Amino acid sequence: MLKTILKRVREYLTPSLLAPFFVGLESLMECIMPFVISLLINFLQNKSDENEILEKSDMNFLIFVSIALVVCAILSLIFGYLAGKYCAIASCGLAKNLRHDLYYQVQDFSFENIDKFSSSSLVTRLTTDVNNVQMAYNMGIRTAIRVPLMMIFSCIMTFIINAKLALIYIALLPFLGVGLFTIVRLAMGKFNKVFTKYDLLNSSVQENINGIRVVKTYVREDFEKQKFAKASDEVCDNFVSAEKTVAWNSPIMQFSIYTATILVSLFASRMIINSNAVSLAVGDLTALLQYGIQILASLMMLSMVFVIISMSIPSMRRISEVLNEKSTLTNPENPVMEVKNGDIVFNNVSFKYSKNAEKYALANINLNIKSGQTIGVIGGTGSSKTTFVNLISRLYDTTEGEILVGGVNVKDYDLTTLRNQVSVVLQKNVLFSGTIKDNLRWGDKEATDEEMIQACKLACADEFIQTFPDKYDTMIDQGGTNVSGGQKQRLCIARALLKHPKILILDDSTSAVDTRTDAAIRRAFRENIPNITKIIISQRISSVEDADKIIVLDEGRISGIGTHEELLKTNDIYKEIYSIQNKIGGAH
Amino acid sequence: MPEAKKIQTRNSFRGMGIKSKDIKGILPKILKRLFKEYGLAMTIILLCLVVSAVAGITGPIFLQRITDEVIEPTLKGQIALVEWQAKLTSLIVLMVCIYSICLLATTVQTQILARVGQRFLNKIRKSLFNKMQSLPISYFDSHPHGEVMSYYTNDVDAIRQFVTQSLIQFISTFLSLTFIICLMIHYSLWLTLLVFIGATLMLLVTKKVGGGSTKYFIQNQKTTAKVEGYIEEMMHGQKVVKVFCYEDESKLKFNELNDELCHAATKANQYGNTLMPILHNIGNVFFVLLAIVGCFLAINNVPNLGVLITNRNNQFVFIGMNTLTIGIIVAFLNMSRQFSQSIGQVSQQVAMVAMALAGAKRVFDFLDEKSEEDNGYVTLVYAIKDENGNIVESPTRTGIWAWKHPHSDGTLTYTELKGDIVLDHVDFGYVPEKIVLHDVSIYARPGQKIAFVGATGAGKTTITNLINRFYDIQDGKIRYDGININKIKKDDLRRSLGIVLQDTNLFTGTVMENIRYGRLDATDEEVYKAAKIANAYDFITRLPEGFNTMLTGDGANLSQGQRQLLSIARAAIADAPVMILDEATSSIDTRTEALVQKGTDQLMKGRTVFVIAHRLSTVQNSDAIMVLDHGRIIERGTHESLIEQKGVYYQLYTGAFELE
Repeated sequence: MLKTILKRVREYLTPSLLAPFFVGLESLMECIMPFVISLLINFLQNKSDENEILEKSDMNFLIFVSIALVVCAILSLIFGYLAGKYCAIASCGLAKNLRHDLYYQVQDFSFENIDKFSSSSLVTRLTTDVNNVQMAYNMGIRTAIRVPLMMIFSCIMTFIINAKLALIYIALLPFLGVGLFTIVRLAMGKFNKVFTKYDLLNSSVQENINGIRVVKTYVREDFEKQKFAKASDEVCDNFVSAEKTVAWNSPIMQFSIYTATILVSLFASRMIINSNAVSLAVGDLTALLQYGIQILASLMMLSMVFVIISMSIPSMRRISEVLNEKSTLTNPENPVMEVKNGDIVFNNVSFKYSKNAEKYALANINLNIKSGQTIGVIGGTGSSKTTFVNLISRLYDTTEGEILVGGVNVKDYDLTTLRNQVSVVLQKNVLFSGTIKDNLRWGDKEATDEEMIQACKLACADEFIQTFPDKYDTMIDQGGTNVSGGQKQRLCIARALLKHPKILILDDSTSAVDTRTDAAIRRAFRENIPNITKIIISQRISSVEDADKIIVLDEGRISGIGTHEELLKTNDIYKEIYSIQNKIGGAH
Repeated sequence: MPEAKKIQTRNSFRGMGIKSKDIKGILPKILKRLFKEYGLAMTIILLCLVVSAVAGITGPIFLQRITDEVIEPTLKGQIALVEWQAKLTSLIVLMVCIYSICLLATTVQTQILARVGQRFLNKIRKSLFNKMQSLPISYFDSHPHGEVMSYYTNDVDAIRQFVTQSLIQFISTFLSLTFIICLMIHYSLWLTLLVFIGATLMLLVTKKVGGGSTKYFIQNQKTTAKVEGYIEEMMHGQKVVKVFCYEDESKLKFNELNDELCHAATKANQYGNTLMPILHNIGNVFFVLLAIVGCFLAINNVPNLGVLITNRNNQFVFIGMNTLTIGIIVAFLNMSRQFSQSIGQVSQQVAMVAMALAGAKRVFDFLDEKSEEDNGYVTLVYAIKDENGNIVESPTRTGIWAWKHPHSDGTLTYTELKGDIVLDHVDFGYVPEKIVLHDVSIYARPGQKIAFVGATGAGKTTITNLINRFYDIQDGKIRYDGININKIKKDDLRRSLGIVLQDTNLFTGTVMENIRYGRLDATDEEVYKAAKIANAYDFITRLPEGFNTMLTGDGANLSQGQRQLLSIARAAIADAPVMILDEATSSIDTRTEALVQKGTDQLMKGRTVFVIAHRLSTVQNSDAIMVLDHGRIIERGTHESLIEQKGVYYQLYTGAFELE
């Protein structure tokens, strides 16, 4: 998992290495400074003890130490700046590469892959999760390097100053370490639990906002308030318990620092006096205390880094899942690059959405469709109408049997070739933000204005586009919310027509269009694109009754095939749908 | 989708461009709330903070005294051997005592804070929710749902950050800085001056770097919103991308945006990453300068100047024209460290505080929103007829309801609920300037079925919103059994209306609980019965755990049609005297609808019913059909009479008009 992520560092390897390098130098400088200062103070102590007058060599020493110190501080500043800079470049770069790879990966996904992850979860992985990893990486290559280095350098320095006193810190470290990490572990467990509950609480708020009409209609305000108060109290109690655990951090830390300060002061003072400031001096004492705080504070930082990085682990896992996912559809070797005609043959085709599914979504379908025919498909919800047509353009692969388009198995075609020649107007269709022209050009990048108008006329879209002030340059909002459902459907049909396909599939694509326009579209198809095979899925008998062949699907099986008249005589389901709809009249 | 995008963009700009006047007064408001609710706890916390701050500066004093009172004199032979040991011991003991108290204070403070902080947030969360439940529907129609949601998530989280971290840190930093400054002045004016110069420099840098970063920060937020918007659009349209083989084009556009984001993010993060090291090392430089200057002063015996507040008359007195001692220098070094660390910490918190205050402002503004007003006084009661045929109140459900009408002279009258609803020349607009319903008059006699037909936006749903008073009419009158509905208590009015809404909303819980939502005291048998009426029983029993199947995410595991059936069952169990069905069967296929139809027909028997339908089949047998167009009733009558008229209804019926 970590490997999958780290592989994406690529061109940002140099800054990724430079950042910790400069962090290391910065920490080194920072650790040297207290030591040099202690030299200065020791010197001062000697001078004041002996009440000596300054000699020239003393002045030189002072000047040397001063310059050394200022240089150290300035270097430390420069290194710190560089470390921060390279770290930003590296972490933002990694995020960029992750987004890039994720996006490219998704573009190669099949419908099956997309269904598996769901669109909104893919959005989360590309946005929130990548941000989390970016933060962790930023933290990781800077703080995670800095902290242990500071600790090691400081320990070394304390040993250089006085090994005996250094042992005090060494003795305290395990105590503090165990204390801090126990807290972190306990708290993380509690937090993970409470965050799950917190998410549930928030999703219940979301439900209430969305369903506020239901709440108010049934006068359930008080009921909801009580429910929420109970859940919120529980979340609160859990939070308090988790926070209380975390709250022990400060006292433990303070205890360690205080203990160290007192012990070091006590023993150091004795040592200074007993050795007459030979084995240890006042300056050394200040340096020791300084290093001590650095060592112990580093440990605290380390536990924080640990928390942030472990919080990013779920994000890393979610990203790796996508990156490691293999597309279930691949282009064949030596693909067929041309679709000869619009013939479609189904040979004993069965399909289920996942290997483990018990029920086949489609079972034993045998069909023969000739180029240029118009085929109607009808059936209730859940009768697998959509599944049936999705197999033709190889949006899914059949589980058993084979499908031939233009006499060639769909698995042998180049995917792009096949999908350009088999044009599907999806049931859940989407327009993208941009002008109407931009959207139409999805069908054909080089389409001229005349071609677009021609396609729109066929789809009966030209008539309403002409009423817009900006006509074909009208901006479509994201999701196509500024056109009506019927208009959206007609634009989607025009877009599909611009591909100049051999096979055109309309998956319930005129459900929001009135029957008159619906009929006009079908008439236009018949007259203007007679050679294209047309498959029309609909809930409405009126949309399919004039088709050459109508297929009635029921629970994944073909219940009947024939013309309108034939089916009325032979097929009960068809008859039933017809009689209900006809009793009602044409509208819907 | 565009709504989501707008919210997203808005969210991205949260916390930015906050003007100080906007959040003025928010801080006192939070503090007032905190102290009002948790006065004792907050006082204890404050006391503990003072103790901690005092203990914080005893460290340097301690070091100075050990150096100047024990080590130096002993080394110089000024005090005897025995004496220094006693002196050292007493100092150490003193320290142990002070540190112990401090440790206790910290423990108490952090433990109390953990509790107070979360309780405070819990209170805010609950008042948000209670407020939300009391708001009128118009609020939800005019505010994006994501915005309301973000009060609970982003804003409450920002307040939590503030209360549990920033606020305490600010107070304790302020306290310890005050103490440190006093102590520094006490020790040496010269060195204090030097520390102040350093501090000023650090503040200037913070301001400069912070100011520069704002530009990049905003740019970063903007491009992030752009990239996320693009990702969202493309991921949701991914299947269309595949069908049109548009992968390469979408990659190209994405690369462009992604590079732009990377550039902006790097710039913004660079500022963020380098501010701390810069401040930290400026602190270091001054730490070093302090050491050097101190030593030079000490060695050259430059007179030191300190300030002491004398006990007698609180006057400032300059003390010690003596030389700087080593102890003082050492103590000073310590203090300057603390000083620069404090500034660094505060500078990091500033952005967070601004965000928290902006969040708190949004929360308080929300809490100040006007709740739904209800001046109704007529209430709905269970009733029973006594032997004389008079209506009397009954404590239990009887199948008969009555309006209990108190009058100004103190008398009470009971009117039986019959379901006679009259709209009399009603005008209405969601905003006063734009009237969407013009002069609508409808007479629904008890037990009648009234249907509304018309294009989307013709005002069908609006009429039902007026009957249950989700919105109030501008002009005209609505009467319910002869009572002006403004006089009826809203809760009771709504309880008398069973509504199946256009959009089905289910709640997390079992199928059983979701149906029971219609009537909380319904027995299991009643739930089954309601499910059977709605024709939902069969599919429910086929679910993995039948009626006990958990529904999550608005019933995501059910089909749209199944969700509508549950919604009908929920209305069935409510068993209200008047029903409103708003496109209740729009997502059910023709065959299933015919089945549901039987159920709803049974449900409608003997009740006044308003039906809004997508398919004309559902309305044919209505007592009256109203054809609406642009907020006006253009045709009315029975199915047969309307067909005869050969008007708009006839055209709709023959499929010549688009309903969408």
